[in-house]
Amino acid sequence: LALASSSELFTLTYGALVTQLCKDYENDEDVNKQLDKMGYNIGVRLIEDFLARSNVGRCHDFRETADVIAKVAFKMYLGITPSITNWSPAGDEFSLILENNPLVDFVELPDNHSSLIYSNLLCGVLRGALEMVQMAVDVKFVQDTLKGDGVTEIRMKFVKRIEDNLPAGEE
Amino acid sequence: MTVHNLYLFDRNGVCLHYSEWHRKKQAGISKEEEFKLMYGMLFSMRSFVGKMSPVDMKDGFLAFQTSKYKLHYYETPSGLKVVMNTDLGVGNIRDVLHQIYSNIYVEFVVKNPLCSMSEPIQSELFRTKLDGFIRGLPFFSARAG
Repeated sequence: LALASSSELFTLTYGALVTQLCKDYENDEDVNKQLDKMGYNIGVRLIEDFLARSNVGRCHDFRETADVIAKVAFKMYLGITPSITNWSPAGDEFSLILENNPLVDFVELPDNHSSLIYSNLLCGVLRGALEMVQMAVDVKFVQDTLKGDGVTEIRMKFVKRIEDNLPAGEE
Repeated sequence: MTVHNLYLFDRNGVCLHYSEWHRKKQAGISKEEEFKLMYGMLFSMRSFVGKMSPVDMKDGFLAFQTSKYKLHYYETPSGLKVVMNTDLGVGNIRDVLHQIYSNIYVEFVVKNPLCSMSEPIQSELFRTKLDGFIRGLPFFSARAG
């Protein structure tokens, strides 16, 4: 098996993972949940690799966060630069539009998996990584080319800032 | 020049790692108490520096020194804190503290799935790499403290 790039190795590995989860769980909701959970666990570690490699400092607002995610992080790990659109007036919500999602390069969703969110791992990764930099964010797919939409759209909603506290039991 | 000791704290105040090279004087309390005391001081210092600053800051609290030693502080956006005590002759070592984070902590703790990220670090590989890195620093003195 000759792989064109290491990104194909990731794409195929991810495909095998989703396939296995679909065998292990009866309904797609559970698969979505597992993918999100795995993504979260990856995200909390990936943020450290990202911060160490990019030397990006703390973001001061959600717009800056959006820029870093789209232009630096997606570029670094998936080799793509999603566009940022649909800002809410309050500036607490935006969308990432993925023209090409490398996770789905070889995928066609069978009819019996209509509620499967194939790339749901990404939502978990984003949520986990942002939580580590004190941002609680709601992440979900609202459009997906696998489901016949024109583009793939991930909606990011800022929930709250996680304050750091002095640990309990301090004398 | 001398490196005295080094603390790594996580975002919740857990002391992930402590090591010392040249420390003539011990605190006289248990290590556990010492870590709490140190973290409490850093936490207060950070908030003090933030509140007292008359201008907007980029990096916040960087270091302090007494008549005998200098404490260097580096915090990542994810809340990991690298704290190193040296003698007064050591200048700005932000890049060194960043290297401890990026080349040692991230490589040998974060990328080791068997290493928990919220408990004291058990990895022998991490300890060895860190010790080797510190001993190789130009301002690490081999003179026994």
